[in-house]
Formats: sequence, C-alpha cells, structure tokens
Amino acid sequence: MLNDIFIAPFVDMVEAPDFLLQVLWEGLVSGVLYALIALGFVLIFRSSRIFNFAQGIMVVFAALTLVGLHAYGIPAWIAVALTLGVMFVLAVSIERVVLRPLVGQPDIILFMATIGITLFLIGFGEIIFGGENKQMITGELGIPTGDTVLEPWGGLLILQHLDITVVVVATLLVAALLAFLNYTQMGRAIRALGDDHQAALSVGISLQTVWVLVWFIAGIIALVTGIAWGARAGVSFALEVIAYKALPVLMLGGLESITGAIIGGLMIGILEKLFEIYWGQPLLGGNTETWFAFVLALVVLLFRPQGLFGERIIERV
Amino acid sequence: MLYRTVGQFKTTYEADQALFPVRQDAVLLGIILVLAWVIFPLTASEFTFQAILIPVLVFSLASLGLNILTGYAGQLSLGTGAFMGVGAYACYKMVTLMPWMNPVVAILLSGFFSAGVGVLFGIPSLRIKGFYLAIATLAAQFFLVWLFEKWSWLYNYNASGAIQVPNLDIFGVYVTGPQAASVTEYYVVLFVVTLLTMLCINLTRGNLGRTWKATRDMDIAAELIGINLMRSKLTAFAISSYIVGVAGALYVFSWKGAAEPNVFDIPLSFQVLFIAIIGGLGSILGNYLGAALIVGLPVVLNLLPAAFGIPIDSAMVEHLNIMIVGGLIVFFLIVEPHGLAQLWRLIREKLIIWPFPY
Repeated sequence: MLNDIFIAPFVDMVEAPDFLLQVLWEGLVSGVLYALIALGFVLIFRSSRIFNFAQGIMVVFAALTLVGLHAYGIPAWIAVALTLGVMFVLAVSIERVVLRPLVGQPDIILFMATIGITLFLIGFGEIIFGGENKQMITGELGIPTGDTVLEPWGGLLILQHLDITVVVVATLLVAALLAFLNYTQMGRAIRALGDDHQAALSVGISLQTVWVLVWFIAGIIALVTGIAWGARAGVSFALEVIAYKALPVLMLGGLESITGAIIGGLMIGILEKLFEIYWGQPLLGGNTETWFAFVLALVVLLFRPQGLFGERIIERV
Repeated sequence: MLYRTVGQFKTTYEADQALFPVRQDAVLLGIILVLAWVIFPLTASEFTFQAILIPVLVFSLASLGLNILTGYAGQLSLGTGAFMGVGAYACYKMVTLMPWMNPVVAILLSGFFSAGVGVLFGIPSLRIKGFYLAIATLAAQFFLVWLFEKWSWLYNYNASGAIQVPNLDIFGVYVTGPQAASVTEYYVVLFVVTLLTMLCINLTRGNLGRTWKATRDMDIAAELIGINLMRSKLTAFAISSYIVGVAGALYVFSWKGAAEPNVFDIPLSFQVLFIAIIGGLGSILGNYLGAALIVGLPVVLNLLPAAFGIPIDSAMVEHLNIMIVGGLIVFFLIVEPHGLAQLWRLIREKLIIWPFPY
C-alpha cells in the first residue's frame, strides 16, 4: 500500500519520461484554460466584489451563439464579431437590469443574483439554440487540427495542433489583458476600483462603465474559452462544469490576485492531471479530477487563508 | 383589524419574551398546523402529495438546516446536496443492515452520520472565511458525490449504482417503499419536520442561538466577548448537517423512492440555497415560504399552458421554467433582498397598525 502511494508512481514517472511529458503537456493545456476563466472571475471580483457564478454559463452561451450564428450561414469571422456584440449587449443588460439595482447589497445576495442569471441563460440558451451537443466550427475559424509527434528519449509525445494554438492564444490574451490593466487609463480605472470603491468614485471613475467593461472582458474570455474547450469536447451545456474548475484556482491563487489566477490555474491543471494518472486511476478508481483541485486548494488554504497571492486579510473590530 | 394587539398587556418579562407575545400569531400557527395535520391529508390528491406537499416539506427541512448554518451562524455553505446524500445513504445502509429497525428511528438516526461528516468539513471554517469557505464546502460537495459513485459498499454492490428504498412497516402499516400510501409518507415527513422545527425555534432563541448570531455578525468581536468560536461554528455545522441529513433521508425514503449519486450533485445544493435566500436568511418561517415558492412555481408553470389551452411541448415548458425561475430569483432579490419572511414581517406590521399609516 505504502509502496503504491509513495514509490511506485515515481518509478513509473522515471521509467516512462515521454508519458510523463505527455501528461504534463495535457495538464498545462487545461491549466491555461482554467487560468483564463479564473482571470474573468478575478476581474469581476476585484472591481465589484461580485463572485460571478455565471462565468461558466457565459462560456457555454458564447460558444452556442457562435455555432448557432454560423449555422444560419454567416461566415465564421463575422459570426465571431457578432458573438462579441452579443456578449457586449449581455454585459450591458446584466449591469442595467441586475447589478445596478443591487448595488450595496451583501455579497451573498449578489452571488445569488449571478446564479439567477445562470439559470436564466441556461433556459434562454436551450430555447434558442437547443440543448443537443454541437460541433465547434474549428475548421472555418482556421484553427489547425493535425498533430505533431515528437520522440524524446525514443518515446512518443503527441502534441495536438489545436492544443498548441490554445496555449499560444491564451498566453497572448493574458499578456494583452495584463498590458491593458497596467498601461491604459481604463485598465488603471479598473484596478483603482478594485482597491477602493469610494476613492475611485471620488476621482471621477464611473462605476457603471467599469462594470460593463469588466463583464464584457469576461465575455471575451468566455468566447475564447468556449471555442477552445468546444473544439475538444463539442459545444453543450456540459461545458458549464469547467467554471467549477476555476473556483479552486481562485482559492489557491487568491480571489483578488491576477498573478494568483494564472499561477494557480497552471498548478491545478498540471497537478490534477498528475494525480489522476499516477494515483487516482490505479488506486482510487479514477475520475478524481472532479474533486482533487478542491481538496488541494482546501489544504493550501488551511495554511494560507487568503490563498497564495490574495490580499492579506486584516480584521478589525 | 384582525391583528390588533391593543389590550394585550405584558406584566412580566417572561410574558414579554414568550414565544408568542401576540395572541394572533399563536392562533395563526394553530390554523396552519390544523391545515397541515388534518385538512391537507383529508383533501389532497395523490398528485398534490407527490408534487407539492411532500417535496415542499422536505425542501423546507433541508433549507432550515442550511439556514441554521448560513442564516444564523453566518457560514456560507454550498455542500448541502452532498450532506443530504450522506443522510440518505446512511439511512439506506442502516435499514438494509438492520431490517428490524423502525424506519422513522432510522431516518432520525441517519442525521448523526451527516452531522459527523459536516463537522469534519466544518473544521476549515475555523481558519477560512467568506467566499473562500463557500468554495471549500464545494470540496465536500464534489468529493462526497464521487464517493457515493465509487464506494460500492454504500449501495450494496448494486449493478445500477442506485439505492432503492425497501418496503418498511411500523405495526403493519407500510411507511416507506413502493407499497406505502402517500398519506402515510406525508405524515412521516410532517412529523419529522414539526419535531425538528420546534427544536430549531427553541435552539435559535436560546443561548446557542445567540452565540451563533454573534459569530455571524462579527466573529472577532464575538471572540473578544468570550464566545468560543470553535464550539459555536462546529455546533452550527453539526446541527445544520444533522437536519440536512434527515432531510436527505426523507428526500429519498419518503419522496423519491430511489436515488442515484448524481441526484445529490450541485444543482440540489443550489436549489436549497435559493429556498433559504428567497425565504429569508436568519428566519425559520422563511424556509417554508421559500420552499413553497421554489417547489410550487415549476408545478404551477407546468400546468399553466394546458390550462389556457396553449400547445407547447414539454421540453419547451421545462426550459421556460428554468428561465422564469432564474428571472424571478433576480427579481425577488432586487425587490426584497431579505426574503419572503421580511415581506411577511412588513405585512404584519401594517396589519397591526391598520387603518393608520403609522
């Protein structure tokens, strides 16, 4: 038993380094996507203290809109632009209809409101686009589909071109976001609002504009994630579960930290894959990916209650 | 007019602090109890029992449990569904291992197992707060549902992986399983719900309840005035999980009749959380109002198109339902963030001073 837990998995890793690399690569790809979704969460949380549960359904909704529009015969790239338009309209209407009347309510009320939005979008999406699994328009968007086979140490390492594209695009998107947040006026306004609402309002930053903006950015992120994940698993409401995967990332990285979201995402993506392959499947009957990330984050939180990079919690009476 | 409190004098502090300082409240409760215990069982149809009465009671009990934890002790939990599952599986194992056991006793005992699991997953709450804790309870949610699937001992190595409620009787009357009459099942649920509600009303009014409320309002301040936070939070987790576990056992044994692990997945947790929030956090009455709304609404919405003769296929109705429920949740949060219980409180105030505006 002890041998199975502490020795055998590592022996396996050393004996088949090519397989280990394969596992690490797949973990990295999902980790990048987790990081991307977590980034959407963090932006909204920082600027409005709203724990946005609707992020997952936004991914599904964006992907469904894209596929649905293309099914009407609209060319792929125009469909992408239209989908972005839809996400913008969604951001504006959420801000107008839901958030504005709820300003200043306790966190849990706003959190429940986002779950209400989730249910609404599920029903809405099902009515308009139908619930059946759809094919993502990978080819039309010009996403390469083949694979490259490398042979490190005489082994076998398969890199899907799709995965490579995902990693590259996601990295570029994260870099663009960081640049936007750090070097543009609007980005600085978002960060100011995150630091202190009232101070930001007093220097003339518009709360409404910033909220629409962060929800729109979350929408863009949702579209990219939706395309990437939909290309691997098809577009259906099952995609929503990846939003749950972003939650432990947030816990691990800290709810306010952008760096935390990125590093946490990569860590969780890789570690949960490693655990599933080397410990979960042989010892626990597999499918441990549903909970491993949560338990890992829980253990980390016991030692650092604000996550690895979160703001230090100072409490006063 | 009916609610006029004029002339009801209190001459002692005991009378002022009594459970029903206003006589009409007691009368109203009496009417509700008579309705629930006598009128409904005599008049309800099979459909009403299965679609409204039993689920409303089961969900109010689950929400009551969650409300103890979230509304009174201030610890946000998203793992309710899994704790209901623990209760259901514990009850199933008990009645299959010990078939001679009284099923109502088994249902009441099964709560202790979920209380144990609840305390275990409540330990992080001593260090983690707010949304971090909410996500931490999701760890319990996902881990436990995974366990229900993988640990075949729990469902007696069934090929289907589901638990099937056996026929069990008390003095020759079947109370659970396919052979039990709806009205008997209803009385079992009603008995348990009444019992636990009485327990909760008294707990939340007592010393323990005040400790919880202090913890909820500001835990550091509570600690400074000498409240043992560990004891306060862990008792909240234990009692809340106990009630939720009993609700889970009733959910399967008195209502569904069979359950697969994924029944206890996260949508169930959210449904209970909705009930608690729409009903009103930190209120006992709110759980019943919330459950009546959240359980009753889809039933009514399902019946509406047929009643008006509008031809819509059932899948469409299903989706419209989800959409309308989502919209209504947002609507209720905007209109009254403190829930239906607060709405009743306002109406009651108005009734007492009627016909004067203030």
